[in-house]
Amino acid sequence: MLISCPHCGPRDLAEFSYQGDATRTRPEPASTDTKAWHDYVYTRPNPAGPHHEYWQHAGGCRAHLLIVRDTLSHEIHSVALARSANASGARA
Amino acid sequence: MVERATPLGADFRPGSYGDFADGVGVTLSEPSTGTIVEATAWPGHEKALTAALGRGTGLSLALAPGAGAYRDAKAAAFNIGPGRFLVSGKDEGLVDDLARAVSLETGTITDLSHGRTALRIEGMATEWVLAKLFALDFSLDAFPVSAGRATAHHDFFVQIQRTGDHRFDLYVFRSFARAFAMALRHAAQDVGYAIK
Repeated sequence: MLISCPHCGPRDLAEFSYQGDATRTRPEPASTDTKAWHDYVYTRPNPAGPHHEYWQHAGGCRAHLLIVRDTLSHEIHSVALARSANASGARA
Repeated sequence: MVERATPLGADFRPGSYGDFADGVGVTLSEPSTGTIVEATAWPGHEKALTAALGRGTGLSLALAPGAGAYRDAKAAAFNIGPGRFLVSGKDEGLVDDLARAVSLETGTITDLSHGRTALRIEGMATEWVLAKLFALDFSLDAFPVSAGRATAHHDFFVQIQRTGDHRFDLYVFRSFARAFAMALRHAAQDVGYAIK
């Protein structure tokens, strides 16, 4: 499986590491809303289809990426630098 | 100045090894690098960093993924990530030149001279040997002279610059250098290799 890093181009999956679900929004650190924290930590939608994920090109340019991956086919729909994607509001 | 000890160990000694009956395919060596530095730009200051590194090293650098510049026995620099460059040179004073050239508003200079080791591989079978270790296209068209790539071979994180048609400089963590040199030697076994 290849992932096209926006900086380095197509690279082998072995160079990348999964960094987590990009759809969750962390509650304010000072928040005492236990339901919000519970949902953030434990409640996962686990979709069968496109999923927004953070990855890092750890064995390359070390950039953090926002990837949309199909959980059924592993097809990579899009890859963007996480910094630019978050700045432009592209995060799901 | 205290002489820096090689991390490659007593085993990495000059000679010919492997299947060298018909000559050696590659030569391995440890180039003299008094300075190895990582330069990183603050967001939006990538162009200014590229220009400052050019002033500090005397190299003509471009801001593009994998772009690099190389001047034999003087200095080398290449892009290793968004707004990041690896810069090396023979002179130990280069790190001070770079620190003066790159202002605090532009970015940061991190001295890795004691944290990285450079290994050089050269010879007609260089591309063949490196292709065994890395999932990269090492052909001259895809990986031109002076260009650089950051990649990995299992746990070895390696930054590679092409410094000639058949020559590459590989930068690895100093603590991994001996093990990586061994992997390189195993990969070069079938073409025959010399250490100099």
